[in-house]
Amino acid sequence: MSDHNILVDVRNLKKHFSKGTDLWGRSTEVLKAVDGVSFQIRKGETFGLVGESGSGKSTVGRCLIRLYDYTEGEVYFDGHDLSKLGDKQLKPFRRRIQTIFQDPYSSLNPGMNVLDLIGEPMNIHGLYKKEEERKEVVSALLEKVGLKREHLYRYPHEFSGGQRQRISIARALSVRPDFVVCDEPISALDVSVQAQVVNMLEDLQAEFGLTYLFIAHDLSMVRHISDRIGVMYGGRLVEVADSDELYDNPLHPYTKALLSAIPIPDPRAARERSAFKYDFEASGDKQHAELREVSPGHFVADH
Amino acid sequence: MRRLIFRRLLQTLPLLFFVSIACFVMVKAAPGDPVLSFVTPNMHAEDIERIRHNLGLDKPAYVQYFLWLKECLTGNLGYSLINHKPVLDQILERLPATAGLMGAAIGLAVLIAIPLGLLAGANRSKLVDKLVNLLAYIGVSIPLFWLAILLMYFFSIKLHWLPSMGMRTIGMDSAFDVLLHGILPCSVLTIGFLAVYVRYIRSSTISQLKEDYVQIQYAFGSAKRTILFRHVLKHVLLPVITLLGMSMGDLVAGAIVTETVFSWPGIGSLGMTAVRGMDYPVIMGITLFSSVMLILGNLLADILYSFADPRIKTTR
Repeated sequence: MSDHNILVDVRNLKKHFSKGTDLWGRSTEVLKAVDGVSFQIRKGETFGLVGESGSGKSTVGRCLIRLYDYTEGEVYFDGHDLSKLGDKQLKPFRRRIQTIFQDPYSSLNPGMNVLDLIGEPMNIHGLYKKEEERKEVVSALLEKVGLKREHLYRYPHEFSGGQRQRISIARALSVRPDFVVCDEPISALDVSVQAQVVNMLEDLQAEFGLTYLFIAHDLSMVRHISDRIGVMYGGRLVEVADSDELYDNPLHPYTKALLSAIPIPDPRAARERSAFKYDFEASGDKQHAELREVSPGHFVADH
Repeated sequence: MRRLIFRRLLQTLPLLFFVSIACFVMVKAAPGDPVLSFVTPNMHAEDIERIRHNLGLDKPAYVQYFLWLKECLTGNLGYSLINHKPVLDQILERLPATAGLMGAAIGLAVLIAIPLGLLAGANRSKLVDKLVNLLAYIGVSIPLFWLAILLMYFFSIKLHWLPSMGMRTIGMDSAFDVLLHGILPCSVLTIGFLAVYVRYIRSSTISQLKEDYVQIQYAFGSAKRTILFRHVLKHVLLPVITLLGMSMGDLVAGAIVTETVFSWPGIGSLGMTAVRGMDYPVIMGITLFSSVMLILGNLLADILYSFADPRIKTTR
């Protein structure tokens, strides 16, 4: 896969958490949340990451924004190796990489009003320092995400979940990022609101030329927004493909099982469908299964 | 906002009412007959009955209660059985000594506890945290009177640095002298409060740091110090407001042991003397007074809360 078009290049990323330490502070037990994940995200595309709870998809996201220091592997952003940078050198990248968290109720500081919340990343990166100018920029952002100027001085608790997530999105966009890690941005929202937010994310992507990493477990929504999708299981990627290809022609048994679990909004069809189960233990020891390209752009782990 | 304050004030009225009943019942239930303290050996039975009648003690209990309540509301908390001085005057006379001591102790404790608790919470399970925790455990578990005696022994008797007793050196009347006398009792009380406050602040720092809104600040590239002081501190201070509100009762009567050990002429030692002499009106007065202060303190905390936390402001 080539080269200058790639914005994010994740190579053999590993993140192990220690579950306990012995008397000397050495880890006794290790949880391999992410265990050797590699993928690339091209400029302007949306890469979807799906998988069940505990499969490590959020950990991947958090490693990309360097909330976690990873155990092994490299993450290249626009050609720079982020894994080796210290806090100071990382700061310009912290502006270019933004994030939206899952829970709009806890990701906004309840003690700050909307202006301060959205202005906080600007503060950190020293943008729009004049008060009037900042207010103008924040108001414009609010309107972009479908909120109103009057909301500037309101506090988070006065908004609904969907509105709060819009505030989070406005906040992420406030410093003109290139890449946004969306960690289940719609999972906490009502279905009717999910569609609005996803559509808005797409509009904003087109307008600002954003690249998304879209982490989710709602498969139909992921298909809708993603150009390519990676399926994670047990801390590793089992299949990566263009979204339509993945949905029409899933190759890995886990992907098949996952797809078979999508609810069908038709009772008659729903009665006839059969959900697969994927048993990791039964699939044998595939600890070091490599991704192989079976057709152009379609990678599958040995199974 | 004004409505909120007004409503909270109204809510405290029934509470105050119950507190007054409790105080009254407590004294009524106590052994002993107050009339006996007026009796002299050459009195006749009629004289005693007359005193009983004059004091209103022959009336039914509920009538007595309302008469007492009426007097309380006009500021008369009764008279000491021992020295026959008005209870309120005695309390007010000793209030500055106690309030000064406790105010200084609580203030110092808060000022030290906030940075210490933040430091410990932000460096969870590291050496600083373990040290702070250890000190807090020690502070909570050692009895204050023991600590008081220990400090007295070292700093007054062995080293002769500080006076061991009372509030003033006889014949001296300077603020500095009072300050010097206050150092030991104040340190003892500060350590007691500090240990509790630090634990609160540490745990609320830890829980705030786990919140997503803090995590996301890391992702934005905020420095740890900025996050602590700009985002976490404000929320950490909220429980402190509650703690301070609850300390208002202590402010007037919380230092009984410490004041007694150091012979500090405050409300605490007044209460101790009253208990020893079974001086019920004084006990009752102090109980009522500190209950009222506690209730007012909580009211104040609630009002402050609604200023500090926007989530409460609009919930009516």
